Amino acid sequence: MSMPYYVAPEQVMKDRADYARKGIARGRALLGTLYDQGVLICAENPSRSLHKISEIYDRIAFAGVGKYNEFDQLRVAGVRHADTKGYAYSRHDVDARSLANIYAQYLGQVFTHEMKPMEVEILVAELGPSISESQLYHILYDGTVVDETNYCVLGGDAEAVLGRFSTLFESSWSLEQAIKASVKALAGPDRGLLANDLEVAVLSQGNGRRTFRRISQEELKEIVTVTKE
Amino acid sequence: MNLPIFGVSEDPGPNFFKLLGSLDHGEPSFLKASQTLKNGLEQVQSSDVPHGTTIVAIRFDEGVLIAGDRRATAGNIIADRRIEKVYPADRYSAVGFAGSAGPAMEMVKLFQVQLEHYEKVEGVTLSLEGKANQLAQMIRANLPMAMQGLVVVPLFVGWDKESLKGRIFNYDVTGGRYEEVDYYAIGSGGREAQAYVKFAYRNQLSRQEVVRLSLRSLFEAAQEDSATGGPDFMRGIYPVVATVDENGYERVSEDQVAEISKEVVNEVAQGGPRQ
Repeated sequence: MSMPYYVAPEQVMKDRADYARKGIARGRALLGTLYDQGVLICAENPSRSLHKISEIYDRIAFAGVGKYNEFDQLRVAGVRHADTKGYAYSRHDVDARSLANIYAQYLGQVFTHEMKPMEVEILVAELGPSISESQLYHILYDGTVVDETNYCVLGGDAEAVLGRFSTLFESSWSLEQAIKASVKALAGPDRGLLANDLEVAVLSQGNGRRTFRRISQEELKEIVTVTKE
Repeated sequence: MNLPIFGVSEDPGPNFFKLLGSLDHGEPSFLKASQTLKNGLEQVQSSDVPHGTTIVAIRFDEGVLIAGDRRATAGNIIADRRIEKVYPADRYSAVGFAGSAGPAMEMVKLFQVQLEHYEKVEGVTLSLEGKANQLAQMIRANLPMAMQGLVVVPLFVGWDKESLKGRIFNYDVTGGRYEEVDYYAIGSGGREAQAYVKFAYRNQLSRQEVVRLSLRSLFEAAQEDSATGGPDFMRGIYPVVATVDENGYERVSEDQVAEISKEVVNEVAQGGPRQ
């Protein structure tokens, strides 16, 4: 009769975390920050159709890094949660905090109980009634939620990007300044990023009820080409 | 509430009604209610329930207009003077309804959520045909209630990004969908409104002209149909008028509608019929 090998729980958790981290580190980074009109999310993404940044609800955006099919599943679940909640109660009752919590519950559950943890890191951003009341919830593969202030970075090489970005950040800067700094921080000293390497979207005041808007390639080209010099 | 994640085979896709069903919120209330109402309506007459009345849609040079009066009636009672029966369905389409106000407003709300839900889940908007068909399915689902007297008939208009023109869709109670060419009107005052539009319509009306035409046609409907509300200068209640063109849905401001309504009434008073 064969006996199963004993593996210490510490070791199991460590292995899972390493596995998830490795998967996430393979992808490119993504950055979220506040600016004078709202929340900016800027990602390195060469695809025009497989989005990393999406709309969840009137004032809530979603961004994910890591394995595409996994974070896309979370994105769709978020849209479903928000739409059914808004339909059952009122549009005002849909908020990012409760969404971030149920994402955290789910990721935590998968991390401890499933064979394989999700190789994702997600950002749930909400445009507040005033910009300073906006929320950036950064949720990790194991269900850890971090309520970030002003900016946050997800994905591969996040530490280095965060280091560069924190030296550039200014509160209530313009959209153009914020995009330029984000691109600079994402690119690093050794390479340049062009408009078509990027996916950029905002939650912006003055967009009406649905505040989410993608920044088009044309708009982006004008801002980003200047940055390269 | 937990995260609505489904297995590959149970996934409801971009369909919001299916999602509601699988989430144990039950079926959309107007579907579920039909069973209860089947028995209940023996006691409740459909004339006890508020009904909306006249909606008119007209194409013009840049797009399409939709307008509706503000009255809801229950039998011979004015149930509501300020009800709004014209709503944006999404950025590029609008819907107005005649018939039972309760189920109709629920249907409009569900339709709005469905269009937005599809757009967010799929990342692209439905085509105008797709939206029109979706609405037809909702009316078909309401058939049991319609048979009991709670009829909902919408009028749907939108800007078609493929053919680059405004289009009008009209429905029957069974979910039959019919596309109209230049204009159409529904509701108890619909015949009167449409008769006036038919008489005064010409091709390539400007936005200004079409707003005026719609208000005059609703005025004519209100003259002949007691369930249609005319402009109410005393309370400051005027029809809801909206246009949909390549820039999307836009409601004509209340001030503008009030001003044109006054002009229309003056025009009629100065040389119109005395009957």
